[in-house]
Amino acid sequence: MAAHQKQDFIQPASFAFDADSMVQVDKHIAKYPAGRQASAVLPLLDLAQRQMGRITGSAWVSIAAMDEIGRILDMPPIRVYEVATFYLMFNMAPVGKFHLQLCTTTPCWLRGSDDIVQACRDVTGIKGWKENSADGLFTMTEVECVGACVNAPILQVNDDFYEDMDSERTKALLESLKRGVVPKFGSMTGRQTSAPDGGPTTLLFEKAE
Amino acid sequence: MLSDQDRIFTNLYGVHDVGLAGARARGDWDGTAAILARGRDAIIDEMKASGLRGRGGAGFPTGMKWSFMPKVVGDRPHYLVVNADESEPGTCKDRDILRHDPHKLVEGCLIASFAMGAHAAYIYIRGEFYNEAVALQKAIDEAYDAGLIGKNACGSGWDFDCYLHRGAGAYICGEETALIESLEGKKGMPRLKPPFPAAVGLYGCPSTVNNVESIAVAPTIMRRGAAWFSALGRPRNAGTKLFCISGHVNKPCNVEEELGIPLRELIDRYAGGVRGGWDNLLAIIPGGASVPVLNKATCDTILMDFDSLRDVKSGLGTAAVIVMDKSTDIIKAIARLSQFYKHESCGQCTPCREGTGWMMRVMNRMVQGRAEIEEIDTLEAVTRQVEGHTICALGDAAAWPIQGLIKNFRPEMEARIAAYKASRSIKMAAE
Repeated sequence: MAAHQKQDFIQPASFAFDADSMVQVDKHIAKYPAGRQASAVLPLLDLAQRQMGRITGSAWVSIAAMDEIGRILDMPPIRVYEVATFYLMFNMAPVGKFHLQLCTTTPCWLRGSDDIVQACRDVTGIKGWKENSADGLFTMTEVECVGACVNAPILQVNDDFYEDMDSERTKALLESLKRGVVPKFGSMTGRQTSAPDGGPTTLLFEKAE
Repeated sequence: MLSDQDRIFTNLYGVHDVGLAGARARGDWDGTAAILARGRDAIIDEMKASGLRGRGGAGFPTGMKWSFMPKVVGDRPHYLVVNADESEPGTCKDRDILRHDPHKLVEGCLIASFAMGAHAAYIYIRGEFYNEAVALQKAIDEAYDAGLIGKNACGSGWDFDCYLHRGAGAYICGEETALIESLEGKKGMPRLKPPFPAAVGLYGCPSTVNNVESIAVAPTIMRRGAAWFSALGRPRNAGTKLFCISGHVNKPCNVEEELGIPLRELIDRYAGGVRGGWDNLLAIIPGGASVPVLNKATCDTILMDFDSLRDVKSGLGTAAVIVMDKSTDIIKAIARLSQFYKHESCGQCTPCREGTGWMMRVMNRMVQGRAEIEEIDTLEAVTRQVEGHTICALGDAAAWPIQGLIKNFRPEMEARIAAYKASRSIKMAAE
């Protein structure tokens, strides 16, 4: 919980969903039966985090945002806090513009995720996990299996998976991000999604006909 | 070998149009109203006859699961909940359905919901699958716009709503009751069973939670018939299955094959073989991180289906094949899984909350060899005290990889400990 961590950042005094977000807020609440609006707590926390990212360049969820979500959904604030801190994807402190989420679980580790971690450290200068780079551009987070294991190792940047990574590709990606250029996500070797390298060996019947 | 004509997921790799027009060209949404017109019982009977076993890991017969829902809808509505929280290490099959063949899932949701008397389905997708969620939402929107779902879905007279709900990073939400809790806006902590979800599920209403793949194959089974599906695979292990082959193979990939394919053939034919050749193989985890590891001798002959793998005290799980060649530090590979379970324990049950941390710490010492030989037995004993003593199967899942390691690679663990002791005594002698 953010309140238990050393805080070297300022919690904003207030939070309000802007017009863009409010359209989404209403859409999400409408998905659930009357009286079950608490179901929308995850989507609303996500929206709050995205709005923070859009406006300030740092996607995180402040205490004021959680209080506002509690008010909208008629939930006691503590219920929102406990949900927000249970799920890994909500950032309880400011993060860099590019949130580097490094999968190091066994399938990625077998394919060299240690090299990806080292490359990220070398380029960003970040030493530990959940730390931000001095220029405020990057945050490094160790994450568990992101579910793209046949394209391991994976480096997730914000919402996007960069797949089939190695040290050189990682460095090139981060240098590109530094220049403000976000490359297209997916396999960095150019292979067709989860098909074997060199192209699909099944589902070729169109060609056979 | 499975022919392309018998493959269900014909856009597995996203080569073709993902949208509704492309899906229709592949046969989706063809005669859906006629399928619904057969009636609830006929649909469930067909699913039972197909022999489909749940594709999320447990392998429970899908048709039977559907039949557990109350026959008559009372004052509480029924719900279908689709588990798209794919997080089992090694597993990335549902991802391809969600992003490349989403209409199969949406159509499956309609058929399954109708069969169990549900007017609404919630698809719970893991939060990290942002781009996959965008693709799936697009398919849902297309289906609404075309009148395939919504009021009078497909002109069947059945009203059906399909909602997408994104999770936010918690492996435990792949457990069905934790998923329901999460969907209700709470922490993802599993519930005690009974009551089972079919009696008391989402919002206290009768609910069925199914894996993405189980639901997405249903329309094809209904169209081609139970006899076609059950003729594929092996007895009691019917049909085709998506396999994910990761780790030390030359060409990691996803592929759809028949259940019962020999593990070696699966790897050699589709994944370009083990790096350095089959003889360079050390071990394979055959069904996602939660199932016990197999040594090479077992891998030589094992068939990839539920019962064959159960017979060697492992499991098919999600059919996520994690291959490790002889360069692998197998103790470290398993220790990393112990770290995974420590991280993902929800903290509700003491044996799991405390046990996963304890097992991780001991495993990390085993990686260094900084342990006594007897501690291997202590570790084994502790895994037995965690296993079966928790509300959900995460405790079991944390225990099994370690049990598999000790069963198959105890000599390596002992050698590591001996090497560490030897290095210490040299140091002490030098001092």
